[in-house]
Amino acid sequence: MKKQVKFGIGIGIIVISMGFLAWLGYGESKTYYHTIAEIETLRGSAAAHRMRVGGTVQAGSIHHVTGRTDFVLLGEGKSLPVSYVGSDPLPDSFVDNSQALIEGKMSSDGRFVAEHVQAKCASKYEAAPGEVPRPTSSNSPAGRT
Amino acid sequence: MDVFGSFALLLAFVCALYALLGGIAAILTRHPLLIKSTRQAGIAACCLIFLATLSVVYLFVTDNFSMSYVVSHSNRDLATFFKVVALWSGQEGSLLFWCFLLSIYIFSVLVAYRNKHGELMPYVGTILAGVQLFFLTISNFVASPFKSLAIAGSSGGLEYFAKADGNGLNPVLQYPEMIIHPPNLYSGYTGFTIPFAFALAALLARYPGEKWIHLTRKWTMIAWCFQTVGILLGAHWAYAVLGWGGYWGWDPVENASFLPWLTGTAFLHSVMMQEKRGMMKVWNVWLVFITFMLCILGTMLTRSGVVSSVHAFAQSNIGSWFVGFLLVVIAVCLVAYFKNRDYLKSENQLDSMVSRESSFLFNNLVLLVACIAILSGTLFPVFSEWFTGSRISVGAPFFNKVNIPLGLLLLFLTGVGPLLAWRKTSGESLRRNFLWPIVIGLLGGAIAFALGARDFYALVCFLLSTFVAATIGAEFYRGAKVIRARSNLTWLSSAVELTLRNTRRYGGYIVHFGIVMIFIGLAGQAFNQEVQKEIGVGGTVRIGPYELLLQAVDQKQEKNYVAERMIVEVLKNHKPVMILFPERRNFPTNQESGTMVAIYSTLREDLYVVYAGVNQGSEVPTIHVFLNPLVKWVWFGGIVVVMGTIVALLPSRHAALVLAGSKAPEVAPGFANAVPSSVALREGHD
Repeated sequence: MKKQVKFGIGIGIIVISMGFLAWLGYGESKTYYHTIAEIETLRGSAAAHRMRVGGTVQAGSIHHVTGRTDFVLLGEGKSLPVSYVGSDPLPDSFVDNSQALIEGKMSSDGRFVAEHVQAKCASKYEAAPGEVPRPTSSNSPAGRT
Repeated sequence: MDVFGSFALLLAFVCALYALLGGIAAILTRHPLLIKSTRQAGIAACCLIFLATLSVVYLFVTDNFSMSYVVSHSNRDLATFFKVVALWSGQEGSLLFWCFLLSIYIFSVLVAYRNKHGELMPYVGTILAGVQLFFLTISNFVASPFKSLAIAGSSGGLEYFAKADGNGLNPVLQYPEMIIHPPNLYSGYTGFTIPFAFALAALLARYPGEKWIHLTRKWTMIAWCFQTVGILLGAHWAYAVLGWGGYWGWDPVENASFLPWLTGTAFLHSVMMQEKRGMMKVWNVWLVFITFMLCILGTMLTRSGVVSSVHAFAQSNIGSWFVGFLLVVIAVCLVAYFKNRDYLKSENQLDSMVSRESSFLFNNLVLLVACIAILSGTLFPVFSEWFTGSRISVGAPFFNKVNIPLGLLLLFLTGVGPLLAWRKTSGESLRRNFLWPIVIGLLGGAIAFALGARDFYALVCFLLSTFVAATIGAEFYRGAKVIRARSNLTWLSSAVELTLRNTRRYGGYIVHFGIVMIFIGLAGQAFNQEVQKEIGVGGTVRIGPYELLLQAVDQKQEKNYVAERMIVEVLKNHKPVMILFPERRNFPTNQESGTMVAIYSTLREDLYVVYAGVNQGSEVPTIHVFLNPLVKWVWFGGIVVVMGTIVALLPSRHAALVLAGSKAPEVAPGFANAVPSSVALREGHD
């Protein structure tokens, strides 16, 4: 019986300390996914979370200013003004009407301050207007890799 | 060819269905002809899948742009070998390719064991057919690679048409690693199906003893080795292509490939407990079940986009098929377990905290805790949405906080475990085995400290790495010394002789040594530096001992893309060392671009230079420079792991032949664990 207790203690120490570390890491890195429409409804501490938002870049909204790039992200009929302040250059695929995934926080003046921007060309796998629609749209190729 | 391919695929489905249903009937009736015909149906299904896969490759190589899959993933100007590998560049082809690799395993098993293990094989064949049938269902009816482009014509029917050119292959996939990374990883994923099938079959058939473990050891190691190589190649691809300066980002798909590796590694170790001591039978069976389930889950995460990652931006409908299949697998495993669990009774109990058994136990615990932490972190967005309604993801700090200490604990066990005796280890043996390694380990840590390493985890890692390397070195030294004493061979030949006499044990040590090298490389990350700067021609950037001078930016037109490259001169202490050419490639076919990182790599450090982009406002190019110490150790470690696995797969040369004429070895008891030549001693020390 004594041996089992010893093993139990050993296992317990490992599991508990890992649980504690996991909790610390969770607090440090949790990021919320929100849609643009949801952001308006966030109140209090929920609005201060680090979050990830996806949408379409409004055509003509990209403005490069010293130290940052401003643009407007559209989704579900709503719009969100964004300032990108990250150090990485924006990806080439980040252009008018591209789909973008931004990560950062809301600032008090209602702008979203993004530290990371991922983008992909919206047009890539979809037929351009006037072209023939793809017959396989019912199970579109999703994973790109 | 598309009709031929889709017909072959459909026929394969029929054959696999027959192999499954006929197999169940054969198990129930034990009719010899039925057993034979289901086996042959299984083999036929595999051959038909080979044909279907070949026909997809043929469609790519012949630029058949009437096929939707070819249009989406190829274009005329693409180099021919990229057309071949474009097979696994998208959803439908990848799933077929998965099925293809699985079929290679199934074919080999069915053919190799066609006249053996008559009690077990009908079960194995049926289980394998079940797995194959699932993937054939997907490839035939859900995500077929054989869809033609068609529109509704004026008469109401479908009109087929062809495009002049395809949309091209995703540029990030146009690298050599992408040719070999997916096949390796998929061979790992699919390979674990074999031990799974044998374990489940043994349980269902109440097949006596540990035979299924002996039968599947090689298959498990092959799958494990492919998985290891696949993971490392993926990491290397991310490092050389994605241009963010690292090779592991805890991306969901990376994690997905790592999970079955963790449980597979745990399984490879814990089966030894069952072989030697008849313990942990339930645990082993469940480990292999879970490894297989994680392989399916990994494939699902990669292919379905349930959790967004660099690999999968969009969502897809195939996730529900995988969830369904996983539920079936879990149900089958649970039923088999509860029906036959009395067959898995343990023969022994743990004797002591300081024993080989307990080191295996803790090794398994660490691997499992890591697996659970990574799995929950990866699926956190999914679970948090279920429970709280908001989708929350966790990032690298979460994974690192848990996994770094676990990894170090595992590294420690890697050094300690193999030197502990079964059942109970005496204090005397502890002192004999560990005194010098501990001294050397402390010395290693001290040297790292003297060289300026101040990060706590990295220091511990260097200390443990030297300690483990010393224990491995000591094992080889002790064994080789005995052989040298009786054969007058050189030290090197004695060590080789020693390894060949017990490939399993010493191959294992070589694998451990490779893992130590990987750990050293990982610890290097604690000292990474980076600089990002907008520089014009003539501008410089400093990092560590290096100074980088941008000499020019030029353009060159290649067949399939336009390359824009920086010409960067690297100076070290004001002396020119070399010129690097980081590139950005623009692919006109699909308006995408990719980076080509320039790396100056030494054993000490990598100078990693990225042409990060052009400021969209000022048009000034941006250079991103990383100085990453010890990265090369990770890749070299991987090579050592593969070599060790190959050694461990070789049959052991029988010492009796070498020592012909001599009596059983007479050695001092103190050297007992150094001489693997006697069967009795080897028993305890594999």
